[in-house]
Formats: sequence, C-alpha cells, structure tokens
Amino acid sequence: MPFIPHTDEDIREMLAAIGVASIERLFDEIPRELRGGALAGFPPALGEMEIARLMRGRAERDGTYLNFIGAGAYEHHIPAAVWQVATRGEFYSAYTPYQAEASQGTLQLLYEYQTMMASLVELDVTNASLYDGASALAEAVLMAVRAHRSSRKVLVPLTVHPAWRKVVRTLVRNQGIELVEVPYCSESGHTLPGALARFEGRDFAALVIPQPNFFGVLEPVDELTDWARAGGALAIATVNPTALALLKPPGKWGGRGADIAVGDGQPLGAPLAGGGPYFGFMACRRDLVRQMPGRIAGATVDAEGRRGYVLTLQAREQHIRRSRATSNICTNQGLMVAAATIYMALPGPDGLAAVARACHANTLALVSRLTAVGGVARAFSGAIFHEAVIRLPVPAAPVLNALKAQGILGGLNLAHDYSGLGHALLVCATEARSEEDLARYAEHLARIVGRRTRPAAGALKPGSKT
Amino acid sequence: MLIFELSRPGRRNAAQAPAAGVEASGIPARCLRTQPLLLPEVSELDAVRHYTALSQKNYSIDTHFYPLGSCTMKYNPRVCNELAMLPQFRARHPGAPDDTGQGFLACLFELQEMLKSVTGMTQVSLAPMAGAQGEFAGVAMIRAYHDSRGDAPRGEILVPDAAHGTNPASAVMCGYTVREIATDADGNVEVAALKAAVGPRTAGLMLTNPSTLGVFERHILEIRDIVHGAGGLLYYDGANLNAILGRVTPADMGFDVIHINLHKTFSTPHGGGGPGAGPVGVNARLAPFLPLPVVGRAKDEYRLLGERDLPLSIGRLGAHLGNAGVLLRAYVYMRMLGARGMQRVADFATLNANYLMAELAKAGFEVAFPRRRASHEFIVTLKHLKEKTGVTAMDVAKRLLDKGFHAPTTYFPLLVPECLLIEPTETESKQTLDAFAAAMKEILEEARRDPQRVKSAPHATPVRRLDEVKAARELDLAWRPVNRER
Repeated sequence: MPFIPHTDEDIREMLAAIGVASIERLFDEIPRELRGGALAGFPPALGEMEIARLMRGRAERDGTYLNFIGAGAYEHHIPAAVWQVATRGEFYSAYTPYQAEASQGTLQLLYEYQTMMASLVELDVTNASLYDGASALAEAVLMAVRAHRSSRKVLVPLTVHPAWRKVVRTLVRNQGIELVEVPYCSESGHTLPGALARFEGRDFAALVIPQPNFFGVLEPVDELTDWARAGGALAIATVNPTALALLKPPGKWGGRGADIAVGDGQPLGAPLAGGGPYFGFMACRRDLVRQMPGRIAGATVDAEGRRGYVLTLQAREQHIRRSRATSNICTNQGLMVAAATIYMALPGPDGLAAVARACHANTLALVSRLTAVGGVARAFSGAIFHEAVIRLPVPAAPVLNALKAQGILGGLNLAHDYSGLGHALLVCATEARSEEDLARYAEHLARIVGRRTRPAAGALKPGSKT
Repeated sequence: MLIFELSRPGRRNAAQAPAAGVEASGIPARCLRTQPLLLPEVSELDAVRHYTALSQKNYSIDTHFYPLGSCTMKYNPRVCNELAMLPQFRARHPGAPDDTGQGFLACLFELQEMLKSVTGMTQVSLAPMAGAQGEFAGVAMIRAYHDSRGDAPRGEILVPDAAHGTNPASAVMCGYTVREIATDADGNVEVAALKAAVGPRTAGLMLTNPSTLGVFERHILEIRDIVHGAGGLLYYDGANLNAILGRVTPADMGFDVIHINLHKTFSTPHGGGGPGAGPVGVNARLAPFLPLPVVGRAKDEYRLLGERDLPLSIGRLGAHLGNAGVLLRAYVYMRMLGARGMQRVADFATLNANYLMAELAKAGFEVAFPRRRASHEFIVTLKHLKEKTGVTAMDVAKRLLDKGFHAPTTYFPLLVPECLLIEPTETESKQTLDAFAAAMKEILEEARRDPQRVKSAPHATPVRRLDEVKAARELDLAWRPVNRER
C-alpha cells in the first residue's frame, strides 16, 4: 500500500481497540444510499520507477527552447544552493508557523525576507507573501479602497500587464469597484502625466503605476506619484524586484513616495515552471499596515527575554476576523519566499545590481541586433529596463512559428492584447542569455523576415521579364 | 543571529553574480536608485550554513509527527518533487506555445480527469492557487450563475458557525453578506435553523463534510433538499476530502461546486505556508463559469482554453495558469496511488483517527463528540481540565512540543471550548500514534501533579513561550542596522 505503513497485525489491534469488526464499519454514519463512490476511469497505481519513466518521457518530448519571452516571468540563473536548502524537509514539509516555538526557522526567515523586501522597495513594512503579482495588485486595489474610504474608483494604466488587469477585474468586480483605464503615449510607450488631466478633480481611491511597465518602458513615476497624492489618491506601485536593485524604489517616488508597492517575486529564485508557483509581494507605509492582507512576521521576546519571532497582527486575518477580515487569504506561497530569501542573500547587494545591469545590457544588445534586420524597429522611444517591444514588417505569428521550429521562443505576440501596435513582439534577454544566443536569434530572424519580405528567389527565373 | 549580522562589508560571492563592469547605460539618472540596498554580504557557505541552521529550528512532517487538525499533514513523497522539477518542466516559460508543452499539459489534463473521478464533478479548473482562492472562485461562480438567470436579489451566503474563517471571508469578497447557521449538540448543522434561514435571498450554503468538528454531516440529504428547494446552490469546502476519498463523492451528496486542497488531500508540500493549490470542480450548470485557464483536449492535442472558449468565465485568478509545479506534484502522487490507493487513503486516515480517539479516551481525555465516529480527525476538549488545574489547550499544545510532537490545531473550531483538533493522517504508523497517546497521557498526569510545569511549556524548544502581545503592540517587522538611519 503506497505510503500507508500498517501491517495486518496493526490493523487487527487497532480495530480491536476501537471495538469494531472492520474498517468498513467506521463509515456507518454515512447514509447508505450515498456510499459507493466508484472511481470511474481512475488509472491503476504506478510504482516510483514507472511514474519516473512516464514523466521523464513527457519532459523529454517537451524539450527545451532558447527563450526570449519575459512578460511577467523571467529566466534568471538560480544558484544551486537556493533549492537544495529550500527543499530541506524542515522547510518543505512544515506548515504555517502557528506554533511559533516550533517554527522559529520559518519565522526568522520571514523576518529576514521582510527586511530585504522593505529595503528593495524602501517602504516601512511588507507581508510574508500573496499568491502572485497579479493577485497582489488586486489585493492592493482592495486595500487602497478600504484605506481611502470615499472612492471606489481606481485608475489603471493600459501599460499594466494585460493579464494582471484581467485578474484585478475578476477579484474586485463583485465589490462594486470601478477600474478606469488610462491611455499611454503611442510614441514613448509610457503613461503621460498630461493624460491624467482629464481625471482632474474627480475622486479616485488610487492610481496604479507600473515600473517598468508591461512594454519594458520606464514610466515617469515621480510625476505620476505626485499627481496621485496631490489629488488624494493612493499611489500603488507595481515593480519588478530585479529592477529595484537598479531603479529608484517606490518609497522614494515623487515628493512623498508611493503608498503601496506590489509585484511578482518570481525573478527572486523561482523557476519558470510553466507559470508557477511564484509569489506576490506587498509593502506599504506603516500607517496602512492594519489594512494589509496576508501574514506578517514580527520580532518579540520569549519568557526568558531572548529574541524570537511570531506571526503578528493576526486580528486582520480570516481565522480571527472571519467575514470582516482584510482578505480571505490563508495559505500563501511560503516556500517560494524561503527560496527568494536565500536567493537574495547569495549575490548580495552588488550581485543583485549586477544581475539587473546584465539584463538591461543584454536586452539593449538584443534590440540592437534585431533592429539591424531590415524592416524591424523598436515600437517605442522610451527608455527601457530589460524588455522591449519591437515591430516586424510582417505578421508576428508565422515568424514566431518559424523561430520555434529552430528551437527559439522569440517573444510574446502582442496582436491579441494590443492590436493597434501592428506586428509587435515583446522581447526580453536576461543575464541568462549569452552573446551567442542573441546572435542566433538575430540570424534566424533576418533569414525568416527576409524570406517573407522578398519575393521567393525561385520566382525570378533567368530571362524572365520583370 | 540574523543573516544581516553575519554580513561583512566587501564580502562577495563572485560565483553568484554576472561579471561586474556592465553599465546601466540606457537608464536616465533620475530613474536610478541612490539608496543602499540592505542585503547581506556573506559567502555562499555563510548563507548555506545559516539557512540550514534555521531550518533545523522547525518542526516538520519529515522530522516530527504533525497532527495539525484540518491541515492533513501527511507524508510528501520525495519523488513528487523530483519529477515536478525535471529540467524541461522547470524551464518551461508560461508564455511558451501549447505545442511546446504537450507532455506538461497532458499531466494537467489527466489531473483534471482524476479529480473529476474522485469528486464526481463534471468539470474542473486547476487555476486557483490555494484553498481560499478556490473558495473565492466557487462563490464567484455561484454569483455568476444567479446573475446569468437574472436572479440578482440572492445576496446572502449561509455558512455554519463551525466553518473555516476563509468561508465567510471568501463570500464577502464576492460581494455577499454572510449568515451563520448554528450547530447542534452532536456536531450536525441545526436543520431547524437552516430552514429558518433559507429563502429568496439565499445564494448558497458553504459546507465542509465531514465538518471541522470531525464528524460526517448526517443530515446532508435533507440539507441538500432545503437549500436546492429554496433556489440556492451547495458549495463543498474540500478541506476534509481526505476522509471520504473513494467512499462517497461531493457530487453524490448533491454539491454543485467544490474546491479541493491539493496540499492536503493530494500530498503536495505545505512549504511553511504554501504554495498550495485549490482546484475547483463544478456540475454541468456551473461549467460555463469556470475560472481560466482550463486544459482542453481535441484529437490528442492539449490546449489551454481561454476567454474565447469560455466567454462566461468568472475570469482569471492569476497571471498564468496557477501553481503549475504544485499541480505536477499532485499528479505524480495520484498516479502512484491509483484507484485502489485513493480509497485506502480515506480508510486508513479514518482508522488512525478513530484509533487515536479511542486511545486518548482511555488515557482520560474528554472527546468532544463521544457518540460519534471520528472522520479523519476528532476533537478533544480540555474545558474540565482547565477548570480543575488551570491548564489550557494552548499549554498542552506547547508541552507536546517538548515531547517531540507538533501540536494539534488549537482553539478551532471556535465553538468547542479549549479544544484540540487532532488529525493523524493515513501515513502514520500505529507505533507513532501509540507514542503520541503516551505523551498526551504523561501531560495529563503532569497537569494534575504539577500544572505550572505544563503552563510554562515549552521548555525544550529553541525559544520558550513567545510574547505575542508585545509583538503586536511594539511592531518590529524588519531589522534595522544600528548605525544606519533608514
């Protein structure tokens, strides 16, 4: 019996101790007409060797690709130590540290994580994680509405990740919150402070400010933050943690800083893994902490005065406050935070900044190589961090397919989410891409685009009249 | 010692960062960071040793019996982790086309099928990233269903008072008001109270069965008829699915929508507080509203279904497709158990709970519902012990830590005073349960003989009892270096 240790003798003794004749009898409170529960179509058991063979076969069939997609999930080098330590059973198979004295490892790690994350964003407090960046943004919107009190309207620029905007809509729409779109400048690729003029004088709970934005472009965060705060709205920053090693942190935006910062922690040690698990981070000003959702670790002392750590401010949470909690979140993404903490400790401050600079330089080099191909150009003029939108002279889908046939994932096709941009691709080259990788992409792109923009060579027969 | 206190200026991990010297040439100066970054400067050995030492301060399933009620802390097979982390799965970008991940999607599709089989539901979405997000999705589907029929006045969700706190919190996030239903003396939903509460405002009832009181809801068929008769829908909180796998399905009990905690029933790791996964299952009438994406199959080709395929969907819950790596771990686990293994889970989880309940009763503990069978968990109440000795459920929990056991869930459900909710799970042996019962018996004797010893526990953990009041009053949520003003 897989993972069940009972011997026949154990079973006999246990049934005798309970005073029943069979295990079957233990289910006698279930109405008879309900019992049965045949598992239609459920496959038979596999041993460890068989399931390993099946999974390895499927993994090999999927293969690996040279990846130039970012769009919210970034391929970074993850030091071997990160997951070897994070998957130690003491981290991997523990649960939420409700019994603090038996969970000091997880709790101290959370406290260290909160310290690192607070420094990255330069805000006072952070929580111990939410599900992902998109759902963290939804929680930030809900939090801003709670804190603001008079408005249930939130301004969301179209330069925020389109999937994140969809998630926010799903998670807040049943609470009567209105999301108002803010257009972007089609030349620079970022939100223009002037575009907010039309909202002047209206009451908004918050303005969302992405840095960098979905197009990889840097937003004028100081002006946007000041605009929000001058009008009484909260400023919600959505930020990339790698970029924060290099970019001005949200707590220092504008005159007074952003109020809330959220983002996806995936770049900090989480493998791409087909889309998750990642984690969402959230930070805020100290006076908003009682509106913050999710778990928070805090330092205290034990009965002998020694430093120790507990989950704190639990009166915000669903297991205490029930229908009046700040959120329904319970289980969050603890293990991903363990990995992120170890990840941040390894390269240290200079190392993380070096990763950020390498991503930035690689993406600039990629863009320069790709735009050297005839007819390929950058779509926006604004400065970028580690992603860029390029415009092709031909539709993107067949080009991406031809690249895929060469083992290259050439970027994200923006035709669905931003149809007005033409044949646009969002591309990314992190520090994990080498010079050879960039050259390989550019060579194949030149060949594929060249073939599609010129008449086929075979069509020009010698002597034919043109 | 904090990692920051190990830090020494100038210490570098040359192997763990790209070569220096690259400039951030394309970024305008006004966008750049000028504040120092408070990350430790330590060697790789420092970091590995520090976090290994921290891990050793944790109790975990791999190191301790962990009978945390309602959390199903069963063994997490190591192979599930190894196979979910195969290089190709690990490197897969969520934006990669479906045709580059047919093996990956085949696993997820088959997981959906297996979850349908064990729950009896018609369709499943793997999108929710935890149980509470599954609850949100389920209640949002209930709302979308009523709205689609123009049945908007249904603004109320009914929740038994024994329910997890996530139930009322999730209902509120979907814009509902919550009405609590009382529990009777035997742990069942009070049918008269339910009858009095249902009506044209009822959108649905959220129910955990077996309940958080560790008993099977005997009136389930009557409850089903009352709620459905009033036009409401039935929501199944799958927190306790482990107790009934292969014995009875939520679909047969009449539930319209359910969520499943893969990190409980299907053995994916709890990770110190996640990541979990909370897939939702529905019957045919709620299928159009499932959260996105759903894995579809046509002619042996797997594809992620989106807005065009399910235009009435409640939408997306996360940027990508949920906690995919958790889903792969659950897939491996379920394939290893197979159909027969699924049934054995409920059988042995129930055997272990009833055995431990009998042993603790023999040892002198007061079982909260002595006339009932235990499901996969049960409650001991220390109300009388507290009256006699002053020793509380929390004291006993802390004393258990000294004896090498993680504590059961304490003070939940809220309606049983001084309660311990104990869930041994099927992966524990009789010998482990006997050792736990013996430790409990020792603590009971000690509470009568030397209550102060129990009240001052734990004595053997890395720290003694921690001051939670101080933590909440004098908030210290991040370390600050002595010589640096932040």
